Amino acid sequence: MAQALLQFNDKGIYCAAGDFYIDPWKPVDRAVITHAHSDHARWGHKHYLAHHLSREVMYYRLGDISLETMEYGESTTINGVQVSFYPAGHIVGSAQVRVEYKGEVWVASGDYKLEDDGLSAPFEPVKCHTFISECTFGMPVYKWRPQAEIFSGINDWWRLNAEEGRTTVIAGYSLGKAQRIMQGLDLSIGSIYLHGVIANTNEALERNGIRLPPAERITADFKREQARGGIVICPPSAVGSPWMRKFPSVSFGYCSGWMAIRGAKRRRAADRGFVLSDHADWDGLIEAIGATECESVCLTHGSTASFSRYLRELGYDAFEAETHYGVEDDEAGETKVEEAV
Amino acid sequence: MKDFAKLFSDLDETNKTSEKVSILKDYFMFVSDADKISTLALFTGRKPKRQINSTLIKTWAMELAHIPVWLFEESYQVVGDLGETIALLLPEPMGSQNKSLTDWIAEINSLSTLGESEKKAWLLDAWDSMDRQERFVFNKILTGSFRVGVSHSLIVKALAELSGLEASVLTHRIMGNWDPAVFSFHDLMQEQDASEDISRPYPFCLAYPVQETSDQVKSAEDMETALGSPDQWQAEWKWDGIRAQVIFRGGEIFIWSRGEDLVTDKFPELHRFISELPDGTVLDGEAICFSGNCPLPFNVLQTRIGRKNLTKKIMADSPMAFIAYDCLELEGDDIRSMPLRYRRSIVERIHAENAHQDIFKLSEVVSFNSWQELYDLRLRAREHVAEGFMLKRSESVYQTGRKRGDWWKWKVDPLTVDAVMVYAQKGHGRRADLYTDYTFAVWDGDKLVPVAKAYSGLTDKEINQVDHYVKRNTLEKFGPVRTVKPGLVFEIGFEGINASSRHKSGVALRFPRILRWRHDKKIEEADHIEALKAMLA
Ligand SMILES: [Zn+2]
Ligand SMILES: [Zn+2]
Repeated sequence: MAQALLQFNDKGIYCAAGDFYIDPWKPVDRAVITHAHSDHARWGHKHYLAHHLSREVMYYRLGDISLETMEYGESTTINGVQVSFYPAGHIVGSAQVRVEYKGEVWVASGDYKLEDDGLSAPFEPVKCHTFISECTFGMPVYKWRPQAEIFSGINDWWRLNAEEGRTTVIAGYSLGKAQRIMQGLDLSIGSIYLHGVIANTNEALERNGIRLPPAERITADFKREQARGGIVICPPSAVGSPWMRKFPSVSFGYCSGWMAIRGAKRRRAADRGFVLSDHADWDGLIEAIGATECESVCLTHGSTASFSRYLRELGYDAFEAETHYGVEDDEAGETKVEEAV
Repeated sequence: MKDFAKLFSDLDETNKTSEKVSILKDYFMFVSDADKISTLALFTGRKPKRQINSTLIKTWAMELAHIPVWLFEESYQVVGDLGETIALLLPEPMGSQNKSLTDWIAEINSLSTLGESEKKAWLLDAWDSMDRQERFVFNKILTGSFRVGVSHSLIVKALAELSGLEASVLTHRIMGNWDPAVFSFHDLMQEQDASEDISRPYPFCLAYPVQETSDQVKSAEDMETALGSPDQWQAEWKWDGIRAQVIFRGGEIFIWSRGEDLVTDKFPELHRFISELPDGTVLDGEAICFSGNCPLPFNVLQTRIGRKNLTKKIMADSPMAFIAYDCLELEGDDIRSMPLRYRRSIVERIHAENAHQDIFKLSEVVSFNSWQELYDLRLRAREHVAEGFMLKRSESVYQTGRKRGDWWKWKVDPLTVDAVMVYAQKGHGRRADLYTDYTFAVWDGDKLVPVAKAYSGLTDKEINQVDHYVKRNTLEKFGPVRTVKPGLVFEIGFEGINASSRHKSGVALRFPRILRWRHDKKIEEADHIEALKAMLA
């Protein structure tokens, strides 16, 4: 075989046979997008192909782009290469991209998690020869508890704050985490208030037919006193800002997989850290990779060096790929996009 | 143990002092007296003796978690804490337990009589009965690394509110030499303490810095505005040794360091002068190395700290002296509430009457008529092997802990060098997911030679930006360390510089830290090694 079906070059994951890129980080002609997070769906490409539930968010974030969309299980052919989407369970509209050419199959996972969050279509393993897997949390210290347990922790904390007349503020990335938090909240405790960026994102999702719990947008003339007893959801970039400090007696919680480690929580000076991630944990990654029955694994995001070494010890042909993912992702670093909106 | 683990996580979950106090109060109200004293012991650094070494604990944890050694080490690198790493790696427990903190500590103490395989069985059983949070706290106790982010003053505050006793009385009682195995909560709370422990030190009075690192340099006028007329102040050189309290009571000698460690045996040379102090004397001062009449730099003292055995050679190489600057107890009477000028006259008298002035020195009072005069003198602190000045209000009482207003430290500005970042490493603990530890280099001809490793000094925002740069500009990876394309220049501050044959650059910087990010400088504008070598003289 002359050339790998997918290669990592300086622009992104490139398919030479089909002349297209998956999640490119530099402007290209044809981009297949796994999901609408800013490190995967970037500005400046000529044509985009994404899952149809990513449509409105991508328009909202990237403006008037040339976008084609597709359903899970559907496929299209680009210069003789077959491209299809499978659910990644990461956020609404997130897809694994399956690429097949002359009998060889590669799957690019984008970001994924195994637990069904009730919002995005649950992860489906796809058989392939080579699997390009994220491993944001590819260390054995990351093991998630079931989300029901996390949500009951969040609701207990909110309830206590409400009883004591405090404002509960919870931070999570505006696309994915915010909606997942909303979905898990017990609305008998109080009302949900949203930072503008999250309200905008929700409106985009709603235009795409996603139904979300009722919530109020915090506008410029919002009376901050009203939020007492309620819960405010904001993006990480708003944490510690004057915007946040204006709420009365705030108790502040942070929702992220990094909260699994005590030090990471203390760095964010959060009162509470909730270990809730939209990425697979250690066991999840190993299970997902096993289920693809692949021979080779190519790793992106996070602990690529350690995780690939471990996979090689398990007998996989595993290697790390140099990418630009994770840098502006929800859990790998807080974003520029958020501030711009 | 459940209560204690919960206490620990509750304290961890708030940054507010008032909430911490109320959490402590709730806890102390709820648990048994035995657990109260066990908790107090742990919170004040009285850990049970380590009965199983960390290597064994690690080995058994790896076995249980089914992971290879290298992966365990890398996990540890990510988490930054051994007890927490193990708690996170162990498989889910099969059982549960209801033993109290005191029970567990008793079990740990009784391990000394067991063999290795019995210890192992005990530990695996223990782990299998605990959830993650319990395991974490338990591991910390077991490995002797238990620490808690709660100051003694908060604990004292909670206990004072519960008991109605004076905070200063409680502070005094929980310092000192008590053993949790024999000291009961009742003893602590007793109104009249007949058998006061004669070793017990007073809480140290601590000074506030006149200027934080990030501040503008304070001018003489700033000092005048902040502190008022110079004649209300006593200035002394700020010595670069170990803060210590020397106690002579009932014919016995005790030396306490500021970390509340009893260090009597570390400084045998000092016993000679202490034993000739009037009975019932407590002096506050500095233990420091001296040669003739000249204090030696801290790194000389550093060579003996941490040594188990003080050999003749070490003692000869690091001759000790004590510089006294305050007297807290005179003939058995607590004189902390007397004004400083009175206490000063007492120190001077005690010093004058002592025959061992070769090792017992008096902290010289530096006279000055204006802040400008002191400002100019301060610039020459390094010639006196001092770190700057201590400023104490002449009328002040000896405060407990760090109280703003009466004691200030006015340090010399650090030495600085502009250096280029060349390596980055992920942080530990608090910053485990970011590149926060950097190595800096200066030019040696056309090559960059590393001169300092530093991590503190940047804001969270800057750290994120540097982290972003590191991830995009990695040349090579060696385990957790990345070689970074030279591109960022930082101003590095440090307290001193020594020649060093162990470092490629030939110099070692003391207390290097990042002062600021020099966005305005290109790497070509960073300093050359010659500039540092010139500072050696
Ligand atoms: Zn993502
Ligand atoms: Zn990503």
